[in-house]
Amino acid sequence: MNAPTHPTAPPATPNDFAAYPDANGRFGQFGGRYVAETLMPLVLDLEAAYLATKEDAAFQAELNGLLTHYVGRPSPLYFAERLTDHFGGAKIYFKREDLNHTGAHKINNCIGQILLARRMGKTRIIAETGAGQHGVATATVCARFGLPCVVYMGAVDVARQRPNVFRMNLLGAEVTPVTSGASTLKDAMNEALRDWVTNVEDTYYLIGSAAGPHPYPMMVRDFQAIMGREIREQVLEAEGRLPDAVVACVGGGSNAIGTFHPFLNDESVRIIGVEAAGDGMGTDRHAAAINGGRPGVLHGNKTYLLQDAEGQITEAHSISAGLDYPGIGPEHSWLHDVGRAQYLTCTDTEALDAFKLCAELEGIIPALESAHAIARLSDIARDVGKGGVVVMNLSGRGDKDVATVADHLGRTI
Amino acid sequence: MKSRIDARFAALKAEDRAAFVAYVMAGDPNRATALEILKGLPAAGADLIELGFPFSDPMAEGPPIQKAAQRALKDGMTLKGVLDLAAEFRQGDDTTPLIMMGYLNPLVTWGFEAFAQAAAAAGIDGLIIVDCPPEEADPLADALDAADISLIRLATPTTDDKRLPVVLRRTSGFVYYVSVTGVTGAKEADAEAVRPAVARIRAASGLPVAVGFGIRTPERAGAIAQVADAAVVGSALVDEVAEALERNEDVTARVLSKVQSLAKAVRSARTAPVSA
Repeated sequence: MNAPTHPTAPPATPNDFAAYPDANGRFGQFGGRYVAETLMPLVLDLEAAYLATKEDAAFQAELNGLLTHYVGRPSPLYFAERLTDHFGGAKIYFKREDLNHTGAHKINNCIGQILLARRMGKTRIIAETGAGQHGVATATVCARFGLPCVVYMGAVDVARQRPNVFRMNLLGAEVTPVTSGASTLKDAMNEALRDWVTNVEDTYYLIGSAAGPHPYPMMVRDFQAIMGREIREQVLEAEGRLPDAVVACVGGGSNAIGTFHPFLNDESVRIIGVEAAGDGMGTDRHAAAINGGRPGVLHGNKTYLLQDAEGQITEAHSISAGLDYPGIGPEHSWLHDVGRAQYLTCTDTEALDAFKLCAELEGIIPALESAHAIARLSDIARDVGKGGVVVMNLSGRGDKDVATVADHLGRTI
Repeated sequence: MKSRIDARFAALKAEDRAAFVAYVMAGDPNRATALEILKGLPAAGADLIELGFPFSDPMAEGPPIQKAAQRALKDGMTLKGVLDLAAEFRQGDDTTPLIMMGYLNPLVTWGFEAFAQAAAAAGIDGLIIVDCPPEEADPLADALDAADISLIRLATPTTDDKRLPVVLRRTSGFVYYVSVTGVTGAKEADAEAVRPAVARIRAASGLPVAVGFGIRTPERAGAIAQVADAAVVGSALVDEVAEALERNEDVTARVLSKVQSLAKAVRSARTAPVSA
């Protein structure tokens, strides 16, 4: 495994970490638009169309209406009292994205992008999915707006996430199993890009992570930043001050960047992401792009990637299908390099323990993805200390994971 | 010094015929066979050679070239190994242009400057990088310029008049027209639809225009050769590798025989009566 690199370049604009990307879609050296020429006019059109919606009051009103009445926003900020007592440190709050329609934060972005796709006159939606959460969220908004939807999903993931495949089918989406490569999320993304390059006229590619070519990392972040903005208001109301730390799990990184972004310029707020360490960082079976990879180019952007000495992309591994990806959104790579955010890791075993702990102490079954962040709360809460405040994004609920967890606990259900 | 690419297109222009460009994947199905195929391509009728270098995630390729890349990687092919193959080919052929085609990340790993110097030393004339559009190409173009290697640009059916000058900036050698929207080897190119696009790109660039991504048969290659400066065939050739492996036949013979039939159609395209 390659040693992580730690360049220490200062931010280009001191004290404004929130001002990126630049006009070329760059976060420092990361990001960009590394796509086939056929797709370049499409990503440029998408960027122009997206930027136009920012100034468009009708678009914003429709978006906010759906987020309130269809998704159920704002999601609560919940004081996790028993976990706080258990860890014996700072007060712990959960941002309850698990209570959204479809059970995770993914829907925030899907609502924004489906409105954009409609505005652009696109008549067919494609998406990639790993665990199936983004696929379900995409199928949901496609059903809501009556658009045909094709979801690419690795054949291995189709087999291990059957309930989500059925959900997508119930919602009217066609799920296409992908058998190229290792038949997981990265191969599903390759296949979605191949579909897009083939169907350039009518098709909108609804990417679920804050990754891919510009403008996706910026756009997905902006649609997800509603979480961080709500946290800011809610924690000010509950505690009368900003938190000492915000914490989120990171795969591609959409729930994390949406949580972090509104706090990037608050120097007093520590920003902590948690990557999936799978079997452990000493093994080659993990999904920690920053802690175990190095910068490279894949799926349209430059970012930290798991790769071999030759620059061939290697397979990620995590018990959580949603974190099982060899890359990470480019803004995280940059926040790491400039030192604004800190990226920790959590193994499969630690995530399982945290999953059980949260269920038993708080009566909340978290998604395995979110359990990775819960696992690090013990250290963070102690570090921040009593009297401090820590907010963690509980990005999704764990109903989808109960079969996986039972399997790992040696139980049959 | 006149580049091998310029010299070859100038010579073909004097003969009034289009070039036949053969794409093969370096290391497919193994190093020894790939070298044998490479060495046999000029005599079989390839005027230029595109040498694919394998990547784990080739997002613009259809299944034939995806599988070829997997076979090459499984056999242990590396970027350094591709340059070694090229250098061995160059020992016996100093005139056939060699264009490497693939994806950016292996080059990022090597480092653009060091790679460009090594590629030039191995006798590489040009580079096509599928996931490096002009907006991202300057660092690579700088390194290739310093090594006298052409960065071949791709124009596509989505490249409108406004975008064409962006695509053609800092290009040399020839322009590669991707004749269909889609991945390699999936759709068929229509010569009549390609004709105006080729004329437009030729006028804007002053360079020869090669057409690829949709040519599988001698008939189609011949039809394209009537309207373009070069016809590129890739997926149909790597399919021959797969077929030969499946039937336990001689891989080299099968690939070169296909090259012969395609090259013959290209060579006779402008003298034979118009068909297809």
